[in-house]
Amino acid sequence: MVTINGVATDAAGKTVAEYIASSNYDPQVIAVELNEDIVSKKDYDTTVLKDGDTLEVVSFVGGG
Amino acid sequence: MTDDKFVLGGHEFGSRFILGSGKYSLSLIEAAVKDAGAEIITLAVRRANTKEEENILDFIPKNVTLLPNTSGARNAKEAVRIAKLARELGCGNFVKVEIMRDSKYLLPDNYETVKATEALASDGFVVLPYMYPDLNVARDLVSAGASAVMPLASPIGSNKGLATKDFIQILIDEIDLPIIVDAGIGKPSQACEAMEMGAAAIMANTALATAGNLPMMASAFRQAIEAGRKAYLVGLGRVLTRGASASDPLTGFLHN
Repeated sequence: MVTINGVATDAAGKTVAEYIASSNYDPQVIAVELNEDIVSKKDYDTTVLKDGDTLEVVSFVGGG
Repeated sequence: MTDDKFVLGGHEFGSRFILGSGKYSLSLIEAAVKDAGAEIITLAVRRANTKEEENILDFIPKNVTLLPNTSGARNAKEAVRIAKLARELGCGNFVKVEIMRDSKYLLPDNYETVKATEALASDGFVVLPYMYPDLNVARDLVSAGASAVMPLASPIGSNKGLATKDFIQILIDEIDLPIIVDAGIGKPSQACEAMEMGAAAIMANTALATAGNLPMMASAFRQAIEAGRKAYLVGLGRVLTRGASASDPLTGFLHN
């Protein structure tokens, strides 16, 4: 299992690009961190998720 | 007065009002920016929702500089991670470091803030650290490479005004970086007072978000900030500790 935004998710074996597409995220407005390191957009296609990984998918919201 | 520019990390701004974007409808952002005359707006980074959610960047005019904060960070390491995610979101290299361990009063952790400032400044960020106004910490932030220092006026979201006034004045007098008063400013008169003291800029969010009419309050803050800045630049009139001094001529009438 991969922990994605705090939730155990059955995504091992998928690339970041595949996970983002299947989850209906807009890749233009998100940033991705895998095991506390940034994944650049150009690496989404080649970065494969594996069991035990922790993925964060974030975007901007209002704040002070 | 027109060439009175606010310089932050090598960038020039005409406005000294940094606007928050939290706790109000995205549809009000454009009017708020316009009526505030703001050129910098803060944002937060959070776990993303899927496509159906509205994207806040669609509501912010393109000429406005984005200032993501690191809210949610409890230590320097988390703040650095959030700052890097914000930069990856493609908003430039400004960041407001905001680190809180305390969830009751939301007071910034000055020690972790210095550590995060050092890490981010050396990584090329324009770092604006939010801090509790302490002169020694402010000096450490200068050494760490901060581009400004952002002392709190009173607890975040309290609208209680300049509770730390005397300590902010010490920072203004002693620190050779812009002092941006952040957090707790509740009304235009308090923003004006901070500017009269020599603050370089004001950051406000809750004061607007909880006001009766947000764009109108943004406009009121803008005028107060401009008035305070003007008064600071020309120099306030002196205060008499005792006695009085007539404004009218004291001779040439009735008695002499």
